Amino acid sequence: MNPPHIEALGDSALLIHCGDAIDTAVNAQALAIAHAVKSARLPGVVDVAPAYASVCVRYDPGAWINTHAAQSPFANLTARLGTLVENVAAQADVDAGVIEVPVTYGGESGPDLDDVAAHAGLSRDAVIDLHCSAEYRVAMLGFTPGFAYLLGLDAALHMPRRATPRARVPAGSVAIGGAQTGVYPRETPGGWHLIGRTAMNLFDPARDPPALLTPGQRVKFVSQ
Amino acid sequence: MTISILAPGWQTSVQDGGRHGHAALGVGASGAMDEVSRRLANLLVGNTGDAAAIEITLRGPRLRFDVDCVVALTGAALDGLPMWRPVAVRAGAQIAFGTMARGAYAYLAIAGGIDSAALLGSRSVDIAGGLGSPLGAGDALPVAESPPNLHRMLLRRLDARASASSDPDVCAATWSLNPRHWLDLSLDNPIGIIEGAHFAQLTDAAQRRLVDATFRIGGDSSRMGLRLREARLDLREPLELVSAGVVPGTMQLPPSGDPIVLMAEAPTCGGYPRIGHVIAVDQPRMAQRRPGDNVRFARVSLDEAQTRYLERERALTALARTLRERLQ
Repeated sequence: MNPPHIEALGDSALLIHCGDAIDTAVNAQALAIAHAVKSARLPGVVDVAPAYASVCVRYDPGAWINTHAAQSPFANLTARLGTLVENVAAQADVDAGVIEVPVTYGGESGPDLDDVAAHAGLSRDAVIDLHCSAEYRVAMLGFTPGFAYLLGLDAALHMPRRATPRARVPAGSVAIGGAQTGVYPRETPGGWHLIGRTAMNLFDPARDPPALLTPGQRVKFVSQ
Repeated sequence: MTISILAPGWQTSVQDGGRHGHAALGVGASGAMDEVSRRLANLLVGNTGDAAAIEITLRGPRLRFDVDCVVALTGAALDGLPMWRPVAVRAGAQIAFGTMARGAYAYLAIAGGIDSAALLGSRSVDIAGGLGSPLGAGDALPVAESPPNLHRMLLRRLDARASASSDPDVCAATWSLNPRHWLDLSLDNPIGIIEGAHFAQLTDAAQRRLVDATFRIGGDSSRMGLRLREARLDLREPLELVSAGVVPGTMQLPPSGDPIVLMAEAPTCGGYPRIGHVIAVDQPRMAQRRPGDNVRFARVSLDEAQTRYLERERALTALARTLRERLQ
């Protein structure tokens, strides 16, 4: 890979950028870089997390003092990361199988299904079919623990977020926001359109693994 | 082996060195708002710096100690116990903590630490992330048994050196740490910020305003972030950004023009422009600002920020050694 653009995120973290778009190929690079940085077990690196088009690395500057050169810890770590990233190949697809998420669409479980259908100019059943026919990939987690942003939503179902977010979205809600789809792991506020609900517990901090959906995971929705 | 929560105060929660290594799952670090005060409270009772302590916000709780404890209270000044020193508290003692006149966070460490349930390797409560919850009335907080020797020795020595306390349940060490070096509640001293990736996208006027103006902390601030009011910082043109990682200290600019400085419960990613970052050594000072307080910012280079961080860590390491010797 090309030398990456590295952004200082304050004095104890940085972002390795691999693009500036929501794109499957760019995200695959971010996942590959995150994997490589994590596997390198660099001193003082306390957390590595991929996003759509970047990787966040949190570090202790105390672990990157070079007594021979008057360089900052940021400069020292950046130099090391630059070399590391140049040797990262775009990630070969690791087939960890597909996780199937059972969903009850519409009705009380998906109060916005009709709105999505109207916006798409499709019947309710056609929306469900389209949502279930695609295979998705987890681009990143964020917003709240265990919330996975999924790439792969059919363009016909893209829909801008609600003008006014709901104060409470029930746990397990399956939703569409812009070009993305995802599942709310617990009750939180939320601005996406709710089309269904799953009984699957996507995040339990006391379970191993705590999150069912992790970056790179393939996902399918199955209508119940 | 518990401490009973008779009344929880404004918001009281258990915080340790933070939950690291799970950002890829959307789990933030959480941890103490004023990390230095939390570490010092632990060091004052012979704990390692990363042990869990009780974080107290604005108005303190009422606690009953169901077992003999050695504790230390640090952070914003608070009635209830002598601060910045080890204090022996007898089983059965009830301590009602007061209300802070300045600052927002204080820390109570217990020798041996707190034995509440750990989630993903940390006892830090993450209110925004839904990992654990603040302490409520009726809760019984398990405290770990302190190493018996340390505990007995401290209680004995504290007995011998007991200050002229009228309270038979509490005896404080006659020495204390000078908080002047470790706590700055002054509202006049600016908070250091490093330029963020989108600082240059601010209008010239907004760039000047960020370091010239005095901002006010909004009432809707929390452990997740402090909101700055009446800031009206404008971008040259709207920015559509792809969501990327953010960390405590990151200053985000939502379309309202009022920045949010992310704090201990920062989410793991965000899509707003990153106009600055509060430097690590000033994050405890920022945390102690409360709604209605003023805040000013001053630009610091990344090199200087890291140098000051390394200096602080060296000073804390030296202090930890001194305290260990004193407590032996």
